[in-house]
Amino acid sequence: MDSRSRLQELVPKLVLAPSFLIVLVFVYGFIAYTGFLSMTDSKMLPSYNFVGFSNYAKLWALPHWWRAVSNLAIFAALYIAICSVLGLGLAILLDQKIRAEGFLRPIYLYPMALSFIVTGTAWKWFLDPGIGLENTMHLWGWESFSFNWIKDRNYAIYCVVIAAVWQSTGFIMAMFLAGLRGVDNEIIKAAQIDGAKTSTIYRRIIIPLMRPVFLSAFVVLAHLAIKAYDLIIALTGGGPGQATELPATFMYSYTFTRNQMGIGASSAIIMLVMIFSIIIPYLYSEIRGGKR
Amino acid sequence: MSAPSPDNVISHNRLTRALIYTALILFALYSLLPLYVMVVNSLKPLDEIRQGGMLNLPQTWTVEPWLSAWSTAQIGVQPTGLKPFFINSILMVVPAVAISTIVGALNGYVLTKWRFPGANIFFGMLLLSCFIPFQIVLIPMARILGILGLAGSIWGLIMVHVVYGIGFTTLYFRNYYEAFPTELVRAAQIDGASFFQIFWRILLPSSGPIIVVSVIWQFTNIWNDFLFGASFSGPYSTPMTVALNNLVSSSTGVKEYNVHFAGAILAALPTLIVYIVSGRYFVRGLMSGAVKG
Repeated sequence: MDSRSRLQELVPKLVLAPSFLIVLVFVYGFIAYTGFLSMTDSKMLPSYNFVGFSNYAKLWALPHWWRAVSNLAIFAALYIAICSVLGLGLAILLDQKIRAEGFLRPIYLYPMALSFIVTGTAWKWFLDPGIGLENTMHLWGWESFSFNWIKDRNYAIYCVVIAAVWQSTGFIMAMFLAGLRGVDNEIIKAAQIDGAKTSTIYRRIIIPLMRPVFLSAFVVLAHLAIKAYDLIIALTGGGPGQATELPATFMYSYTFTRNQMGIGASSAIIMLVMIFSIIIPYLYSEIRGGKR
Repeated sequence: MSAPSPDNVISHNRLTRALIYTALILFALYSLLPLYVMVVNSLKPLDEIRQGGMLNLPQTWTVEPWLSAWSTAQIGVQPTGLKPFFINSILMVVPAVAISTIVGALNGYVLTKWRFPGANIFFGMLLLSCFIPFQIVLIPMARILGILGLAGSIWGLIMVHVVYGIGFTTLYFRNYYEAFPTELVRAAQIDGASFFQIFWRILLPSSGPIIVVSVIWQFTNIWNDFLFGASFSGPYSTPMTVALNNLVSSSTGVKEYNVHFAGAILAALPTLIVYIVSGRYFVRGLMSGAVKG
């Protein structure tokens, strides 16, 4: 082998090397660094005083953190469930040879192109009792109409669900629609020849066939829910009080405004663990499934 | 998307059909409502908004809120309007999208056509990095940007977006090139074509669709990003989303809702236009992250 072809052998690796280094340092190195900080007594600045797991103990003793985690549980459960049900429902309805499909589909989907800050701005106003929906209903003569969830500690988190569902349902619908269009027609024909009603075919054959789509939708939505930050900032700012605080906003405020970097870092690690425990099994099964 | 299946229609009954259409139209209205409210109210004078009736068309039409949002509204301490921040976002998005797409294309090419031991492990690492919550990198990234002297600069933001974008762009190009016939690459190699010649002459000419997908995905994500912008930008590099949030949530003075709405639409406009022009690719990009094939 002459030197020229040896150089040729090296080129692909040299091209890949910078990306490899970047990922190694900026993703995995940074995770390790944050993991390390979560075990130090860092406050405003990083410190290298090792304190073991005491930040995690403090974290799980904080009512503020519990509030964030239980809010996430409520938010994620409703967000995933409503988006999946609405998305599947819309996809089935849209798959009924609807003439206006090409017109409706982009209308359902466009919110996904918007920034959560824009979504938050629009919904904040719409949900505001003084000037939005409640006020409009009063002007229309429905005096007793009351909708002040966004100002109510117990209900504000549901406002976040409303806005988030608005943003994501169209996308989930598109995933299910692609799934429905991929169903083998022969199966449906065979069932029809056997005399099965269409509603039965949906219930017994088509919807069970959507299992992989349900799984993908779950993974996408769960990981969006855990990462949810912008929407909270724009819609409620975490309030009223701490009523809509989520782990992502908790991490930010503890690290950068309350100068509790150790605790902030440990909350970031918990978020990472939550996401990885969903993503890793999913990617593993996808990659293995892909090697058919 | 392929044609609808032969007969999956629940019922041809007229009443059922009418109900289906009603449900679909109702959801379309729900989907359009916030956008409609923003557009209509951005064209009203402030006292008309205060009277209520957010769904009504303006009695007095005005473009004043738009002009104010663009060039005179108070953002932070300066009455600059959103214009400088819009420009910041463009200065940040264009290089970040270009660099991450080029790197992704080269990575995808190597990972599919120049396989070597360990390539799959690297790809797995890259794939996993697409999903990390960015909170995990905020603290070390702030330090590194400081050390590199990029803190608060547009170049710093570009770097951050490139670093956390190459996972997705590599994923797109790898999946796309996987289906590209390797024989063509081998034949060119035997003819003496070099690594870059093969990429440039053989793969790139047929990469149009995936380049579009990658550019759209990166553009939307980086334009809409808030977390990195809020964490790492300085006074002269603040992107549009952060400026919009400052405008809307500033507690001083009168809340000029009409200006807020005009600003929100300005912030949404670039991604909306991209979506309207190339919605098909947009959906494909969203889905290839989630559904295989």
